[in-house]
Amino acid sequence: MGTMSKSPWLLHYDASSCNGCDIEVLDCLMPKYDIERFGIINTGDPFQADILLITGGINSQTEPVVKQLYSQMPEPKVVVAVGICACTGGVFKECYNIKGGVDTVIPVDVYVPGCAARPESIIDGVVKALAILDQKQKDAKSGKTAEADDEAGGTNG
Amino acid sequence: MDNTANEIREITMAEFFPTIVQMKLEKWRLVQICAVRAGEGYELSYSFAQRYHMVTLRLHLSAEEKVTSITQVYPCAFLQENEMAELFGVPVEHIDLDYKDKLYRIDREHPFKEKG
Amino acid sequence: MAKRSIIPFGPQHPVLPEPIHLDLVLEDETVVEAIPSIGFIHRGLEKLVEKKDFKQYVYIAERVCGICSCGHGMGYCESVEHIMGIEVPRRADYLRTIWMEMSRVHSHLLWLGLLADALGFESLFMEAWRLRERILDMFDATTGGRIIFSVNTIGGVLKDIDDSMLKTLKETVRDMRHEFKPIVDTFLHDYTIQSRLCGLGVLSREDAILNGAVGPMLRASGEAIDLRTLGYAAYNDLMVMPITAQDGDAYARCEVRLKETIMSLRMIEEAIEKIPSGDIAVPVKGNPNGEYFMRIEQPRGEAIYYVKANGTKNLERFRLRTPTTSNISPMLRLLKGCQLADVPLLVLTIDPCISCTER
Repeated sequence: MGTMSKSPWLLHYDASSCNGCDIEVLDCLMPKYDIERFGIINTGDPFQADILLITGGINSQTEPVVKQLYSQMPEPKVVVAVGICACTGGVFKECYNIKGGVDTVIPVDVYVPGCAARPESIIDGVVKALAILDQKQKDAKSGKTAEADDEAGGTNG
Repeated sequence: MDNTANEIREITMAEFFPTIVQMKLEKWRLVQICAVRAGEGYELSYSFAQRYHMVTLRLHLSAEEKVTSITQVYPCAFLQENEMAELFGVPVEHIDLDYKDKLYRIDREHPFKEKG
Repeated sequence: MAKRSIIPFGPQHPVLPEPIHLDLVLEDETVVEAIPSIGFIHRGLEKLVEKKDFKQYVYIAERVCGICSCGHGMGYCESVEHIMGIEVPRRADYLRTIWMEMSRVHSHLLWLGLLADALGFESLFMEAWRLRERILDMFDATTGGRIIFSVNTIGGVLKDIDDSMLKTLKETVRDMRHEFKPIVDTFLHDYTIQSRLCGLGVLSREDAILNGAVGPMLRASGEAIDLRTLGYAAYNDLMVMPITAQDGDAYARCEVRLKETIMSLRMIEEAIEKIPSGDIAVPVKGNPNGEYFMRIEQPRGEAIYYVKANGTKNLERFRLRTPTTSNISPMLRLLKGCQLADVPLLVLTIDPCISCTER
């Protein structure tokens, strides 16, 4: 494991979800699943987040917010689309106010299916995201830019 | 089961505002406002409840007619009136706190106005 | 002269669980006016009735909101059943009632947890959500889903609960009632909670009715209205008492929800004792034609389902007026004159469900 994946910080944003996936994301932090014991912290600050969890499809209201949150996060970063709405638009795909899944606006690394996505699959998705995060950090370290090097060498979160 | 919920009173435009004021004086609670497309015009339903009894006022609106906002009498109607104006294009006049079709800020104008 | 300023509040605010935005007009620290702006999760679900047939739409109705899912499915199905004159089997009525009351317990426990979190009472937050997990486990065991479980269909329900599972459910619910007791005691008698909630955000009975408040919000102001007493589904066979409080403050709203949770747990037990055997659904033929207003008591209050059908497989109009739509107006009334620091807590006490509101 790389240094970052030992204590990744999550940022959760509700793009246009029905709350189902949101409460399941919150549920991961509760006594039954308790992902905080692995050093995972749910933060509200994009500048200190490594993994972006997005629930729900994208509409024209949330599009700029999602783009902004993504651009505010430091490199390397991983995006996880939680729930079928975030993956493709789901049952809301045909609604006049839904553009589609999260990948219509920003690049997505991990897709977590389900309606609502179960806490187990959300945790699985985050674990997959950690491997990608490590890989991205390694790529940056193997000498692409000086900037990426600095970041990889710095402490996480 | 309760059929008390489905009492529908047809009213005309002239009766509309006096009836709303009367409802307020009798302390009815505003339950919901709903618009339905009806040909070129609209069919509006204003539901009120007193205890468990619910009454719906039904108003027919032709394409040229405008309806006055009831927010002067029931301020809590503002959300549902704005919604009706934005989604259906129902011409509602003098809403107290008028969002001017910017409540949901959707790209498509009056999506419920036409079918499909 | 006090200094006037406007503070934008939300939509992504650390203390707010849901995306609602308020423009707060302040005079020094006191809120003079609050102007809401919503629309962050508007999807336009009501319009989907034109694309999906009325049986498919049950699944969309259940996805209006992830917390009130079961109730939305049930309200929609019941209104269509009324138009078509379908008599649902009694066992299906009971099963709907059991899942509905389980949903109420899960929703209220969720809210109680969020309230404890807003007060900074972390351990109570965890306790409430730990207890809530047991209800979710029972949803999982009886339906296969935890949050959205799609059991309703027009003409009945899709899944049955067998006798051994009903027995397990009854035992779990009884256990939960015992485990819930210390949580209730803490919420009602803890000095910190009392001093934070008592006298905060008072809504008089008159104001509540005038501003169209519904549900626990209305009952906490002393108006005893609970639509379950109308006796839809299996509620006419069960003991339903509207639970009220007199003070109309944040503490009263908390008290009403606590007692409703206890009553719901009791009602689940009662329903399991009385449930008859038989079919769980009847076949549905033809298309609906007509209109109906269905009212049901959701965890957050009265919800209105209006269905207008024209004899084809697509409905003409489906309208859902959710409890939070009605409760926003009383919330704005509460915010007038409160302190800036109380705003998050007051917004929370109406138990907002923005996803329902915007659909």
